[in-house]
Amino acid sequence: MLATPNQGVKNLRLESSADLEKLRKDILAKKNPKKPAIAMCISTGCEALGVKDVIKAFKEELKKHGLENEVEIKETGCIGFCEKGPRVVVYPEEIYYFRVKATDVPEIVSKTLLKKEIVERLLYTDPVSGETARNLAEIPFYKYQNRILMDNNSRVDPKSLEDYIALNGYSALAKVLSSMAPEQVLDEIRKANLRGRGGGGFPTFRKWESTRKAPGEPKYVIVNCDEGDPGAFMNRALMEGNPHSILEGLIIGAYAIGSHEGFVYVRQEYPLAVENMQAAIDSATAHGLLGNNILGSGFDFKVKIHRGAGAFVSGESSALMTAIEGKVGEPRPKYVHTSEKGVWDKPSALNNVETWANVPLIINNGADWFTSIGTAGSKGTKIFALAGKVNNTGLVEVPMGMTLRDIIFKIGGGIRNGKKFKAVQTGGPSGGVIPEQYLDSPVDFDELAKLGSIMGSGGMIVMDEDTCMVDVARYFVNFLCDESCGKCVPCREGLKQARKILDGIVTGNGKEGDIEKLQEIGETTAAAALCALGQTSANPMLTTLRYFRDEYEAHIKEKRCPAMVCKSLISYYIDPTKCRACTLCSRNCPVGAVNGELNKIHLIDQSKCIKCGSCFDVCPPKFRAVTKISGEPVPPPIPEEQRWIKKTGGN
Amino acid sequence: MSSIDRIDKIIDKYECETGVLIQLLLDIQKELNWIPPEAIMRINKRLKIPVSEIYRVASFYTALSLKPRGRHVVRVCAGTACYVRGGPRILDSVERTLGVRAGETTTDGKFTIETVNCLGCCALGPVVEIDGQYFGKQTTTTVGKLLASYT
Ligand SMILES: Cc1cc2nc3c(=O)[nH]c(=O)nc-3n(C[C@H](O)[C@H](O)[C@H](O)COP(=O)(O)O)c2cc1C
Ligand code: FES
Repeated sequence: MLATPNQGVKNLRLESSADLEKLRKDILAKKNPKKPAIAMCISTGCEALGVKDVIKAFKEELKKHGLENEVEIKETGCIGFCEKGPRVVVYPEEIYYFRVKATDVPEIVSKTLLKKEIVERLLYTDPVSGETARNLAEIPFYKYQNRILMDNNSRVDPKSLEDYIALNGYSALAKVLSSMAPEQVLDEIRKANLRGRGGGGFPTFRKWESTRKAPGEPKYVIVNCDEGDPGAFMNRALMEGNPHSILEGLIIGAYAIGSHEGFVYVRQEYPLAVENMQAAIDSATAHGLLGNNILGSGFDFKVKIHRGAGAFVSGESSALMTAIEGKVGEPRPKYVHTSEKGVWDKPSALNNVETWANVPLIINNGADWFTSIGTAGSKGTKIFALAGKVNNTGLVEVPMGMTLRDIIFKIGGGIRNGKKFKAVQTGGPSGGVIPEQYLDSPVDFDELAKLGSIMGSGGMIVMDEDTCMVDVARYFVNFLCDESCGKCVPCREGLKQARKILDGIVTGNGKEGDIEKLQEIGETTAAAALCALGQTSANPMLTTLRYFRDEYEAHIKEKRCPAMVCKSLISYYIDPTKCRACTLCSRNCPVGAVNGELNKIHLIDQSKCIKCGSCFDVCPPKFRAVTKISGEPVPPPIPEEQRWIKKTGGN
Repeated sequence: MSSIDRIDKIIDKYECETGVLIQLLLDIQKELNWIPPEAIMRINKRLKIPVSEIYRVASFYTALSLKPRGRHVVRVCAGTACYVRGGPRILDSVERTLGVRAGETTTDGKFTIETVNCLGCCALGPVVEIDGQYFGKQTTTTVGKLLASYT
């Protein structure tokens, strides 16, 4: 528990900026930077990989050695390299271990903690050079990043206000409340040219200013952590890992706008984010950083969490505000902006999690510092969720303007399993795919738009030669069709028709003229839909058509799926010259479609095969006998008598 | 405690506030695993929200279920990152193993299969969540073993 500066233990309230500074000094004085500590990520990613068992093992092992009071166990947020989790950092040496299992714990304690030796096999090893890295700066995944927002995720326990204050937390708020007028705050955000990180890249300053100027009280400020883009998890990591940074930004924004009430909208699929944000709100309130008369400045502000209930469209600004009112979260036409009439028809400013988190940094370091990072039109950094068929998946924070190639190949380590890059999808269901010839494009709001995609909130899904672009388009159209609220006809009907046509194409029923029809539907929906969901819904379709038209044509004209993905257009076939009759595939076939036994070459009964691909997965790489065929007939089975293999030692 | 008492206790928390319907339903869903008709009637009676409006909200959101769900809820991620890494095959495999489709509950009431747009563990795809616990990097083989471990 935090000790209070002036009063007894009970009252934690900070009455002024000076109180906050004094508390910070006290916290820092108490901290012993030499004290050994084990820090582990407890975010959802590492949790899925079993970090809870690792923590338990550390607790037991430390107890066994009588070290439970000497060594601190620290639970922190996500630092992005989820692929290599669970991650453990040993302080004070700051040694990073990856893919740690509970069984590795005794060795870490006995070697690293007690003897200061390094457990080499748990270090990051570069797959190319074979060199190991002790700290983050030596790892290529981190070397090219600029982690102004994410960096503290490994240093703070998200549930500890003390940790956040130790890292200069709430100093931007104190500065604003004690020495800046609301107009000055607005002006700093204007000079910083901060643009919204939630998708559109709208200038934050303009939104704040119009909310400030709009008539009507009360005014609301809102954090959008709906993160509906499937494949993106930047907001989750920030809110789980460093909730106070978002809260501090929100309070500063509220002060600039003249709002006294805010909401944090979080999707219910992120229970840990809800939990950590609630803990942050509670401790900030107890310390007088929220509530009435914040830091003795006379400024009042309170915040409530609102959980989303699983609807992509509810992430749209007007829909989200309707949901906050407890109603069905559907968008409304926006000839009156939400900055004038938002929640309960009152002026409301909505920003993405990452947008808010940038605010304290800008206030503390100044607009000039912020504008020194990035490109002419897009300032600062952006966090991307790098996922899909890339070697290093996880969260990467880079300065705006880095090229796609650098992100995917330098940071992401290139494509998995030596496959060939085909495209990268940015912006989620509202974005598009970008093919290889544009890999050198810098990533900023305007450049991606030129390519027919959008920056979006930061989803970046890498696709390789095994990804079918028609299937990808169908995936997004299907997603949007399910998520369309149905309020406007172009989106509801247009998407439905597009899905029907795409379903036809991927099942081998594509017709001449389908491509043109898709194009027409896409363009009409884009022009006529009510909200941005419909208006951007054609992007996945139109970009795949623009860059991968040949794949559509192969599906339609030759009934062939070049990437061997579309089930109706492929067959599994066992190459009799390669099959060694090992029975792996026949044992793994869930429907008994593989005929064969030991020493008898296997055959697939095409009438029974459900194309689940199990045989393809289990066929040993040294044989590679199971293959996929598309656009041509499956060769007839070989005569029964030729199926027996005489084993002549070795393969 | 009867389910009406449990519902009442949740409603108590929200009694004097406005705009609470979604939050209230989420809490009931968490407590009872679905939104039973009596919950809707109870909310209507106590908070004077029209039944039609409660149904509309409850049927709009995927996180709210108007059908009872199984003891274990298996949620297979259908998000883009999981999709390109073979998510659909994991779903096929779960459906085949349990003998029901997504959105359905096994006849013994043990499992309900659901799909979800993204669980936020995209770097570990394909991801499956069972009763709130996440399992990353699934294959058709591992997911079968995983399901078998639930009783
Ligand atoms: C269908 C749809 C879904 C959206 N989902 C989100 C979301 O999950 N998170 C988000 O921050 N913005 C989302 N947006 C964008 C918001 O409408 C809004 O522009 C954004 O939250 C504003 O914040 P910013 O200016 O900081 O970017 C979505 C928009 C649409 C049309
Ligand atoms: S796409 Fe599956 S967890 Fe995000």
